[in-house]
Amino acid sequence: MTTTNTGQGLAIGDADAQLLEMRPRQTQMQKLVSFARSKPLGAVSAIIILITIFAAAISYVVPAVLPHDPLDVRAHEEKYLAPQPGAWLGSDHLGRDELSRLIAGSQISIYVGLLSVGIGVTLGALIGILSAYIGGAIDLAIQRIVDAMMAFPPIILALGLVAVLGGSANNVIIALLVILLPGTIRVIRSQVLSIKELDYTLAATAIGAGSIRIMLRHILPNVLASYIVLGTITLGFAIIIEASLSFLGVGVPPDIPTWGGMLTRGTEEIRIAWWLAVFPGIAISVVVFAINFLGDALRDTLDPRLRGR
Amino acid sequence: MRQYALKRIALIIPTVLLVSIIVFTVMRLLPGDPALVILSEGDASFTQEELEDLRRQLGTDRPIFIQYVDWIGGLVQGDLGTSIWRSGQPVSKLVGDRIFRTLELAVLAILIAVAFAVPLGVISAIKPDSMIDYLSRVITLVGISIPTFFAGLLVVLVLSRGFSWLPPLGYADLWDDPWKNIQQMFLPALALGFYDMAFIARVTRSSMMEIIREDYMRTARAKGLAERIVLVRHGLKNAVLPILTISGWQFGRLFGGTVIIESIFKVPGIGTLLIETVFQRDFPTIQAIIIVIAVSIVIINLLVDLLYGLLDPRIRYA
Repeated sequence: MTTTNTGQGLAIGDADAQLLEMRPRQTQMQKLVSFARSKPLGAVSAIIILITIFAAAISYVVPAVLPHDPLDVRAHEEKYLAPQPGAWLGSDHLGRDELSRLIAGSQISIYVGLLSVGIGVTLGALIGILSAYIGGAIDLAIQRIVDAMMAFPPIILALGLVAVLGGSANNVIIALLVILLPGTIRVIRSQVLSIKELDYTLAATAIGAGSIRIMLRHILPNVLASYIVLGTITLGFAIIIEASLSFLGVGVPPDIPTWGGMLTRGTEEIRIAWWLAVFPGIAISVVVFAINFLGDALRDTLDPRLRGR
Repeated sequence: MRQYALKRIALIIPTVLLVSIIVFTVMRLLPGDPALVILSEGDASFTQEELEDLRRQLGTDRPIFIQYVDWIGGLVQGDLGTSIWRSGQPVSKLVGDRIFRTLELAVLAILIAVAFAVPLGVISAIKPDSMIDYLSRVITLVGISIPTFFAGLLVVLVLSRGFSWLPPLGYADLWDDPWKNIQQMFLPALALGFYDMAFIARVTRSSMMEIIREDYMRTARAKGLAERIVLVRHGLKNAVLPILTISGWQFGRLFGGTVIIESIFKVPGIGTLLIETVFQRDFPTIQAIIIVIAVSIVIINLLVDLLYGLLDPRIRYA
């Protein structure tokens, strides 16, 4: 039996080798290059996001890289200094350096955004997988709760949660978790429902693979693309919610520089000092714009099924 | 249709109940003791007696289940509880006084959005890759990326610095001074509806582009109908369904957006009330506002669903 099959096996092996030769396996680097070629805007967006994350990280670890201390009211002698060399983005109502505050403000946006999305989307994906895989009454219960949660406008829910928890960066993260979970659960669950019925999952069940093995080896890898895409898209959303809460003055305490908080002050002074409102507004818009673009590009590349959602 | 409607209406009851349980749980269980939170705000010192008093006033001294039944019982009778901040005032009055302005703002915003979005989307679809299409795609992409509060600021900035035009100060109600009211509400509604305008325009464009290729459009042209009639009566009429659904959903989202827009433009609506009460930690009022908004959204979604079923018979029998 072995001898008769060897010939066939070899033949197939040769064909495989030929195929491999014709299309060499792409290294990670090559994959990145081909992504950048086919989605130049996505690649530019990725660079903008990486620069923002880098600026937030470096200014947190080594505050000396900032032109001035963002809290120093004697950074500039004049208040409401218009943008000019030395004070590139001007100074605010206390004489603090706007550029330093803008860079320092990225820390909260990035910290809150990455942490809430990292935890929220991961937890949501796990619940979504379990809900779809277990099915029955548990699935029904989870879906009804998800439906009800969707009835709350995110910012309203966030306001309520921050009201009871108190304003701090970590409480904003908790509020964001509550907001991000329902949507993530719904998207991942619907994907798992279809994967569950696919031949390879049925085959795995047929050869007696356990539930945990099926979920980890067969389902999880197949929702990974949606997970990455969801993570990217919700990051922009999380940053906007954080900025909105800070803008309303109920999120992160006002003594910490945040883009939303800077905008609040800017709104009040908009007739004397337009730059105080415009630069943080542009910062938020550009970062969110880049995140949305990257999300779109990743979706097209990794998971065309999600298109139109 | 009646059966479909009844089924959809029946389904709303468990949803509303669940919504109320979520609001209640979030407001009561998470912080531990609201009375303690309220009293320990700032550096105020308080006696055990004051704490007990406030607990009794809030009703948190009773078992949680009784509290819930009591609250929901009041809710169905239109009793939203009593405000702590405006001590003694019934919350239903506070909310009732202001919700109309928020509704006005939201309706105005969606009207402005649809008024700009539909023509933009249609032109974009019938002349793809033209200058207008290109322009409208850029505008809509910017529109869905700019956060509401920045859109609000830009509107103020452009109109006040660029055109030195400012809305009249001091809020006027629609009934008292309609002209002044519309002047004041137009800017916030424009800022609020900007995102929705972009979103609806995108939906209109893609839905129109699909319809343009349909057989019945070719038939309509073949039998010699004027292009305008083909587009409006055969094209737009079919494109209107997805536009309507999206507008309904967006209307729910607008309620969230009004919180920010009202605070920028100082409109005394339900959004500014929510922020004031969050600052004051007036839990009964916060709870009431959130439930009123959530239930309104559930009802709006229901109405959109029913309208959808009414307009497209295929939905009912699916």
